[in-house]
Amino acid sequence: MTQAVADKKGGDVKADPRLKLINAAIKKNKSQPDALIQVLHVAQNMYGYLPMDVVRHITHALRLPPSRVYGVITFYHFFNLNKQGDHTCMVCTGTACYVKGAQAVLDAIADRFGIRPGEVTADESLGLQTARCLGACGLAPAVVIDDRVLGKVAPEQMEKELTF
Amino acid sequence: MPDKITISINGTEIKTEEGKSILSVCKENDIHIPVMCHFPGLTDVGACRLCLCEVKGYNKLLPACTTLVAENMEIQTHTEKLKEYRRVIVEMFFSERNHMCSICVANTNCELQDMATEVGMQHVRFPFLNQECAVDASHPKYVIDHNRCIMCTRCVRVCSEVEGAHNWDVKNRGYNARVISDFDQPWGESETCTSCGKCLNVCPTGALWAKGSVQGKLDKFPEKITDLIEKRGIH
Ligand code: SF4
Ligand code: FES
Ligand code: FES
Repeated sequence: MTQAVADKKGGDVKADPRLKLINAAIKKNKSQPDALIQVLHVAQNMYGYLPMDVVRHITHALRLPPSRVYGVITFYHFFNLNKQGDHTCMVCTGTACYVKGAQAVLDAIADRFGIRPGEVTADESLGLQTARCLGACGLAPAVVIDDRVLGKVAPEQMEKELTF
Repeated sequence: MPDKITISINGTEIKTEEGKSILSVCKENDIHIPVMCHFPGLTDVGACRLCLCEVKGYNKLLPACTTLVAENMEIQTHTEKLKEYRRVIVEMFFSERNHMCSICVANTNCELQDMATEVGMQHVRFPFLNQECAVDASHPKYVIDHNRCIMCTRCVRVCSEVEGAHNWDVKNRGYNARVISDFDQPWGESETCTSCGKCLNVCPTGALWAKGSVQGKLDKFPEKITDLIEKRGIH
């Protein structure tokens, strides 16, 4: 098993200061196996996703079976094992948004940025996701860019909105 | 001593004790309930839903394996509704992945096949999902064929609770769920698997088997695992 970022003793904190915060979260929970979800939250907030080396580090530190940790990560949609891009764009494809043209919005993004849902641009600046009904149907079609909710979006708008 | 209680199953009064599952009381009284994920001695998880029962006062059906008996409980185990639901559940097992018995190592030695007969399944009323699942033969001795897996998680539990290795667990959810080895690695690269073969013996279908198994001639010894659990006094 290669562990470039982390090892059993607590990881190479100098090379990656984020590990320090993860280790703090582990310590705060006294390395209890049932703190797994809290610790994964901390890790994902810091990296934007869960790099496998970090997952291995957490697994060792909490003395959990690897398959259990992997199972938890893949059960919750909140956790990601892949890099998400510096910015995320989420297009709602729920019924209302779909009817109001969510597909045209997705097509516009694909044309301009070359990414489909679940993908990240080659320079890792932008990731595209879809969701089923954000509960904002009055704003259909709805798009969320990072923390910003945009309503009644027109496909032509996307290029400008997604240039950071 | 646990408290003595009285319950009724299918109209018959039964004296028993608190702390037992409906399923174990039924077993003690020779009432046969179909089960698939239950394995004697392993923790029950209520995964397959075949053991669902009707309990008076509850509008939901309750799994016999994970529901504890309580004073004055009135339980029905074999109503027409339950029999129909059990058929539906077995049909769903068949429709989710690939269970073509004629080309399976477990043919004639398969609990799923027996269950289809037991619940009187005539044909599958649901469209087949035709999922193409992986077959992992990377382990030197064993094979896992996910096409045959019904996600009962017996292998997960025997590996964790009896062998103490916890090689297996489950990733994803719904029909994307799969049994995984370590960090979703090929079985042969697992760092936790001890190659003990316990999972092979508890698997109800042809999903787990030893290399060299001949089609329709699979040997499984679930009673050896039950024996081991009893001797070690697990649970
Ligand atoms: S591999 Fe066999 S024992 Fe394991 S979950 Fe699938 S059917 Fe059950
Ligand atoms: S369908 Fe998009 S917010 Fe409801
Ligand atoms: S045996 Fe009870 S749910 Fe499977």
